[in-house]
Amino acid sequence: MNILVCVKQVPNTQEISIDPETNTLIREGVESIVNLYDGYALEAAARLKDTDKDIKIYVLCMGPPQAETALRECLSLSADVAYLATDRAFAGSDTLATSLILSQSIKWIEGHEGIKFDAIFCGKQAIDGDTAQVGPQIAEALGLPQVTYGYTCECKGDELHILKETEEGKELVAVKFPCLATFTKPSFEPRMVSAKRRFAAKKMEIKHITAEDLEGIDRTKIGLKGSPTRVKKSFVPQARKSGTIFRGEEQEQSARELAKLLVENGLIVSIGEGG
Amino acid sequence: MATTKDLWVFIETNSNGTPKNVGLELLNPGRRLADEQGGKLVAVVIAQDVSIAAKAAGDYGADCVLTVEGPEYENYSTDAYTAVFAYLIKKHEPLTLMIGATGNGRDLAPRISCRVETGLTADCTELSIDEQTGCIAWTRPAFGGNIMATILCTQHTPQMGTVRPGVFKRPQLVPREAEIIKESFAFDPNDIRTRVVEVLAEVTEKVDLEGAEIIVSGGRGLGDAVGFNLIRSFAKSIGATVGSSRAAVEAGWIAHAHQVGQTGKAVSPRIYIACGISGAAQHLAGMSSSETVIAINSDPDAMIFSIADYGVVGDLYKILPILQEEFRSKLTV
Repeated sequence: MNILVCVKQVPNTQEISIDPETNTLIREGVESIVNLYDGYALEAAARLKDTDKDIKIYVLCMGPPQAETALRECLSLSADVAYLATDRAFAGSDTLATSLILSQSIKWIEGHEGIKFDAIFCGKQAIDGDTAQVGPQIAEALGLPQVTYGYTCECKGDELHILKETEEGKELVAVKFPCLATFTKPSFEPRMVSAKRRFAAKKMEIKHITAEDLEGIDRTKIGLKGSPTRVKKSFVPQARKSGTIFRGEEQEQSARELAKLLVENGLIVSIGEGG
Repeated sequence: MATTKDLWVFIETNSNGTPKNVGLELLNPGRRLADEQGGKLVAVVIAQDVSIAAKAAGDYGADCVLTVEGPEYENYSTDAYTAVFAYLIKKHEPLTLMIGATGNGRDLAPRISCRVETGLTADCTELSIDEQTGCIAWTRPAFGGNIMATILCTQHTPQMGTVRPGVFKRPQLVPREAEIIKESFAFDPNDIRTRVVEVLAEVTEKVDLEGAEIIVSGGRGLGDAVGFNLIRSFAKSIGATVGSSRAAVEAGWIAHAHQVGQTGKAVSPRIYIACGISGAAQHLAGMSSSETVIAINSDPDAMIFSIADYGVVGDLYKILPILQEEFRSKLTV
């Protein structure tokens, strides 16, 4: 059985801050990481492999050459084979264009390796763009059924059973192979990199896929120019102004002043049960 | 390309046919944008029984309701709902399609956008018309809420976007008769490729943060899960709903359903009280459209104070009981 996991290299958005002088993102010194949710997707594949050694895990990333670092991380964790879709023609792609490139790359890998993927796993979304669109768009482009927001999964005969998040709680959903699933944060932490695997991963070949390889791809539908959406402008969210903040050392007094103000200004108008 | 200027809003339904809030909320900006573009505001209802949601859509301002009815639509499925939308879009050619960014909405929208080959903008928080192009200017947070991006889709239709629940308020309710257009489109249930094996009922309280008038949220500053007892009792006394920061959820102190922020709920209550919450960008992204923000935090440099209308620097364990006591003495006759 073959599973492909799509991963994205992203800046660690938790480290990003805004330069108050220039109102721009401070990117210097911010590390690049494997998108957290893609890590959960990889872990879901690895757990299937734990129970069935015949499973082979492929990882695919679209990005610049330096995204090889993210793929090596995946190889150090649990992946067997890594591919990087990299070409200047891919740059600036929005989610639809990205899903076209990734779906064509997936077909190319299948031809190149002489295999068919039984399942494609993605993170539910990337932590930089937060769109959650590319997974379902790849599924559509490949004509596969999809299950989104998975926690864990299990192989049951010709079906994949996915425990997924819903607004009301959780659901167990079955889908026949081949399929695509996206994953969110499970209740456990993914495995750690082992020194042995990291050492081996350093030497492993990462195969590149370029626009030229993807013979059937419509060049007018990829990259910045081929993307249906474009960013007109970006800006720092307008900060609300700060109001009356009691900063004195007499906390009790401050609290009484605040309560008085809130009642006088008609903000808190009633007190009920338990009050 | 579209031949109409119509703006469509998907009115997502529960399996009993009642509409989810977000679809009705979207009729609010939908009305404004449709008027500015000179098109009709059309609600799309897909359900086993469309009557309740179709009525509600009309009452909340839709000019016209497009309905597709059938037992195969009782529960949401990616396959059936995508097929319905692809059919409707091809037939009626709307200019714009807005979908609520619920779990199902975020599953459905990208699938439709890929099938009809158009652009999609996720999780928008502001909507307007771009003066230059006349297209919808979809504005959304990115990079964990640190920046906002305004996105256009100028060459493809329908222009599509999803909008988080709670970002907009429902329009005024004006009971009236909208034009109902019944479309028949059957989807063979055997072609639905996913099957729900089991619904695992989680014993979680229903948390309606999006509809709350007052929210009291707790964060890392509570120190432990027990701290939420104080938050709950304070919230109860002023008729508020309990929210939380991501840190408190990740620490396991409270369920994700309470989380406010970029990866939680977007809220816009009349009053938002942040207790022990530092105010990271991703939290602000979910609550900065609150009318009044009140912050209590022991760190005088906490980011939350820079956006708060009122605040106290201090220990929330001391301050909340005093506030509660003061409110009671001032408001109890």
